[in-house]
Amino acid sequence: MLLAFDWTQLAQQTVIGLSVGGTWALLALALVLIYRSTGVINFAQGEMAMFSTFIAWSLVNHGLSFWEAFFLTIAISFVGGIAVERVVIRPVERAPELTVAIVTIGLFFLVDGAAKWIWSSETRTLPNAFSTRPIDVAGVAFSIEDLGNIAVSVGVVVLLWLLFRFTKVGLALRASAVNPDESRLLGIRVSWMLALGWGLAAAMGAVSGMLTAPALGSFDQNLMQVVLLYAIAGAVLGGLGSPIGAVVGSLLLGVFITLVGTYVDWIGTDLRTPFALAVILAVLLVRPAGLFGRTAVRRV
Amino acid sequence: MAELLTLTDVEARYGQVKALHGVSLTVGEGEIVAVLGANGAGKTTTLRAISGLVKRSGEIVFAGKRISRRSPEAVARLGVAHVPEGRGTLSELSVRENLRLGAYTRRGRKAIGEDERRVLAHFPQLADRRDQEAGTLSGGEQQMLALARALMLRPRLVLLDEPSLGLAPIVVDEVFRIVRELNEREGLTVLVVEQNANIALSASSRAYVLEVGKVAFEGPSGDLRKHESVRRSYLGY
Repeated sequence: MLLAFDWTQLAQQTVIGLSVGGTWALLALALVLIYRSTGVINFAQGEMAMFSTFIAWSLVNHGLSFWEAFFLTIAISFVGGIAVERVVIRPVERAPELTVAIVTIGLFFLVDGAAKWIWSSETRTLPNAFSTRPIDVAGVAFSIEDLGNIAVSVGVVVLLWLLFRFTKVGLALRASAVNPDESRLLGIRVSWMLALGWGLAAAMGAVSGMLTAPALGSFDQNLMQVVLLYAIAGAVLGGLGSPIGAVVGSLLLGVFITLVGTYVDWIGTDLRTPFALAVILAVLLVRPAGLFGRTAVRRV
Repeated sequence: MAELLTLTDVEARYGQVKALHGVSLTVGEGEIVAVLGANGAGKTTTLRAISGLVKRSGEIVFAGKRISRRSPEAVARLGVAHVPEGRGTLSELSVRENLRLGAYTRRGRKAIGEDERRVLAHFPQLADRRDQEAGTLSGGEQQMLALARALMLRPRLVLLDEPSLGLAPIVVDEVFRIVRELNEREGLTVLVVEQNANIALSASSRAYVLEVGKVAFEGPSGDLRKHESVRRSYLGY
């Protein structure tokens, strides 16, 4: 087996892993965004992304092209995320973290139920954003879809980074997440920044869902539940609270799981998820703050 | 002297605990006013009441506007720069980003850029570290940064909460020297809360002494220095 190692296969599997990991990374980034400002994981993030994907499906069904539906869905999700924060989260803004976490679990069921009520639970398909044809890169055949997914994920991450790094509102978002009281003293409307964060997170989740659904072939309301688990795992691996960590953690996880599924026969597709989670556990035992996390130092 | 800030019978509470029992004070335009008192006398709470970080009642008027019901962000937008206890520098952001956030509510990129240069001229040690994370600065540098950031607002009033806290005496002198310089040259109005009565009295023109949430003494700083019981309780000689 070692003698005839197939480098082509390794390259192909790595790209598949990056493609899958990229969609997890977007949802993981959404989770980190909310986590940094509220201190909780938004358990409804995946369901919100699923809801967005159904909106995209409806738009396509009404005759829009995939890309028209894609951008319109992002806009709708952004506004929807802000609305969810104002209506559902704002009342518990100052409540203990556990309360907020439980509210997001409630939101999970609410969004899930709403999606089933509006769209019924049969499976549907979203057209592929990219051609599924293979393309030849340096003698290796990759699927255009995988490369496209990677490009979109990277593009969204870069856009978000630019927003946070170089704009005034990005700066205010960063400040309010870490030091809400001090930020208010500077005149920043922290409460609105929180809502804006929810809008951005919902928009990123929407992209994740719209890339995940076509890749699966068909989807229903359970679309994002597994993705949410991987996104949480990726974010924790990278260090919850670190945006770079969430992206790198999810990509590593995607590649790792794909490669393990391909090369380790006894693991195959059934055991690869538990195996991957066991590895994360091992990493966290060595580095509790994750790969990129800062160890929390709290003044009491 | 025109009154810029007036507190009349201000009360404040944290949950069930009342921290201010009717504080009245005034700050005139261009003045440095000090608030002294022991730990727990309500000095910090007085500033937090002005900014709206704590639930308060009574009347607070700033530049002719009642602000007793306004949120912290609204008070900041009126031109009140509050440098909180522990300096409030945003430690994960760079020095420059902190300064830019100081001017968050202002419009006009050009004027803000000019102010950044002007402000940094007062604080040369910050200019050298402008791309460093604020959390990596020394305590003294962080206090300078907090002050510099407050100036970026072009504030009409600066609220300074215990600038001397945790700083070496030589650094404390430097901080107050800059505050006085800004007051003399640019007419900056400052309400400063201090445990270090000595330095606060020498920097200010008037002072209030708080005891358990009430004003116990008030007067020109020079007079308070000579005041028998103030001297014994707060100056230690």
